Amino acid sequence: MAYDKFKVLQSTAVPLPIENVDTDQIIPARFLKATERKGFGDNLFRDWRYNNDDSPKQDFVLNNPIYSGKILVGGKNFGSGSSREHAAWAIYDYGFRCVISSFFADIFKGNSLNIGILPVTVSEAFLDKIFKAIEADPKTELEVNLPEQKVTILATGESEGFDINGYKKHNLTNGFDDIDYLQDMKTEIAAFAEKSIY
Amino acid sequence: MSTNPTTLFDKVWDAHVVRKIEDGPDVLFIDRHFIHEVTSPVAFLGIENRGIGVMYPQRTFATADHNTPTINQHLPVADPLSAKQLAALSSNAEKYGISIWALGSPKNGIVHVVGPENGITQPGMTIVCGDSHTSTHGAFGSIAFGIGTSEVEMVLSSQCIMQPKPKKMRITVNGKLGKGVLPKDVALYIIAQITASGATGYFVEYAGEVFENMTMEGRMTVCNMSIESGARGGMIAPDETTFNYIKGRDKAPKGEDWDKALAYWKTLKTDADAKFDLELSFNGADIEPQITYGTNPGLGTGITRKIPKASEVKDGEASYKKSLAYMDFQEDENIIGKKIDYVFLGSCTNGRIEDFRAFASIVKGKKKADNITAWLVPGSHIVEAQIKEEGILDVLTEAGFELRQPGCSACLAMNDDKIPAGKYAVSTSNRNFEGRQGPGARTLLASPYVAAAVAVTGVVTDPRELIEEEATV
Repeated sequence: MAYDKFKVLQSTAVPLPIENVDTDQIIPARFLKATERKGFGDNLFRDWRYNNDDSPKQDFVLNNPIYSGKILVGGKNFGSGSSREHAAWAIYDYGFRCVISSFFADIFKGNSLNIGILPVTVSEAFLDKIFKAIEADPKTELEVNLPEQKVTILATGESEGFDINGYKKHNLTNGFDDIDYLQDMKTEIAAFAEKSIY
Repeated sequence: MSTNPTTLFDKVWDAHVVRKIEDGPDVLFIDRHFIHEVTSPVAFLGIENRGIGVMYPQRTFATADHNTPTINQHLPVADPLSAKQLAALSSNAEKYGISIWALGSPKNGIVHVVGPENGITQPGMTIVCGDSHTSTHGAFGSIAFGIGTSEVEMVLSSQCIMQPKPKKMRITVNGKLGKGVLPKDVALYIIAQITASGATGYFVEYAGEVFENMTMEGRMTVCNMSIESGARGGMIAPDETTFNYIKGRDKAPKGEDWDKALAYWKTLKTDADAKFDLELSFNGADIEPQITYGTNPGLGTGITRKIPKASEVKDGEASYKKSLAYMDFQEDENIIGKKIDYVFLGSCTNGRIEDFRAFASIVKGKKKADNITAWLVPGSHIVEAQIKEEGILDVLTEAGFELRQPGCSACLAMNDDKIPAGKYAVSTSNRNFEGRQGPGARTLLASPYVAAAVAVTGVVTDPRELIEEEATV
């Protein structure tokens, strides 16, 4: 799937200061029955977001109109659990392009990068600053600068750098993906496969 | 060898690197790829849209499991969305020449059960599947891990994925396990000690007497749960137990191929001086039957202990309290004696023949408690057949239990097997997340022994009270 190029994103952010947000919460298993990749945003955080009668739960952050934006800020160990890429699809489909946390589960991080969401890992201390800034003013804007690998709280100018490997950075900034890369390697792969004992 | 000691993980990984990308991931060749109906349809759609094909269809194996009903499997699947996903799996497999064990096939079952039992899973392989419990196959000394749908598309179209090499951890458990302690307890104990994110970024090798003495089924249970501590996967060095398990299975090498494979497999072990990024060790004698009380697999403890106080937990206090509120449990209260509504024996963690033997050994001669609804779901049709052949079904029936048909079932409740909101389930599966077994369902993870003890008493019960001394292993 081709995705949008990611360079510099300035946006307000939605805070979700909960640890161990697992992918069963991001998109419950019963919504994984589609055979196409569309419409998953409607069921993002379904059971935290809606009551059994489909009425919105007023205390959940996605139902609070004062919070909006293309950045989701989550607690430590975000995206743990199932390998379902549908979780990343749901986040993307809802409109987020970046998730910030102090710690991501590996598969979720990989899935996000593969579909054009930037997972940004910051220190616990900086994550706390972001949560506090949004709590003080929901209109707080963050700037996520991928070329410079830096996230900034615009109101205060406080910033912190983040890591990303060079290959993934190149892909995200150019909208390329791994499948394109691998297609160009097929002769090399076939030669490798010839030697396999399995 | 001694000049450059390497780990088992390094040996297998390095043997599969097609290309190293500077400041990027490795291009890793994949020996075996498993697909199921939930995470593959969009990958096939991607291939269609790009106008590319499947590079090595004979390296991919398809099975239907996540959505499948566990009763009346001979009838058409009632849920139209499930039926559509199952049909997509079958038509994609047929179109691209991929072998498939569809619903109704005598070899159908949960992907992580059918792979090993048919000899597809072998030591030294790289194995992936769009399912996080692919880590199960590491029990054979292979590198096996879960992937996302974009990666399923990568493997189908190029037989490779692009992965940064994880860090290495070794978890050593020496000593002897006590009475009534199963491999599931070992897994839950480790996760409770290191938390649900304690191994994130690592690939784990399990070493020590406890794993050396374990059966293949037990090793699969432990490696299956690796992902629940955040590990990318877990593996155990292959040995005679491994080779004996594989020999003679359908897709295992035969004749000269077997000898050649075996010679290679015997080299697959960590060298004496090899370095890990992190080493942890535990004592097997410290492990008692485990049970979880919270909403991630790290929130568990010994079955006779009290639920810890918030001040004692390693996870954040806010999520801990949210977790207890969801479960309607209090800090510092006993778990023993809690009334339970449902018991689920099954899943890729504990749906193998040994798990049914363990369950039956406890319920034999007793009766199912009236307040319990028990769903006993074999991991595959082959396991189902073994249950019947070994007389286990008779034991279960006499005790008032019924056997369902194979599939993932209530582990993730994508079919009709959902625990109702507010009800408590003791489950041998791998996850106790909020709503995992159905919206509002409350799950306590445990071993087949604990599940059996609960099934006959109706409350959380220490299985050691029901085990005859001479019957223990």
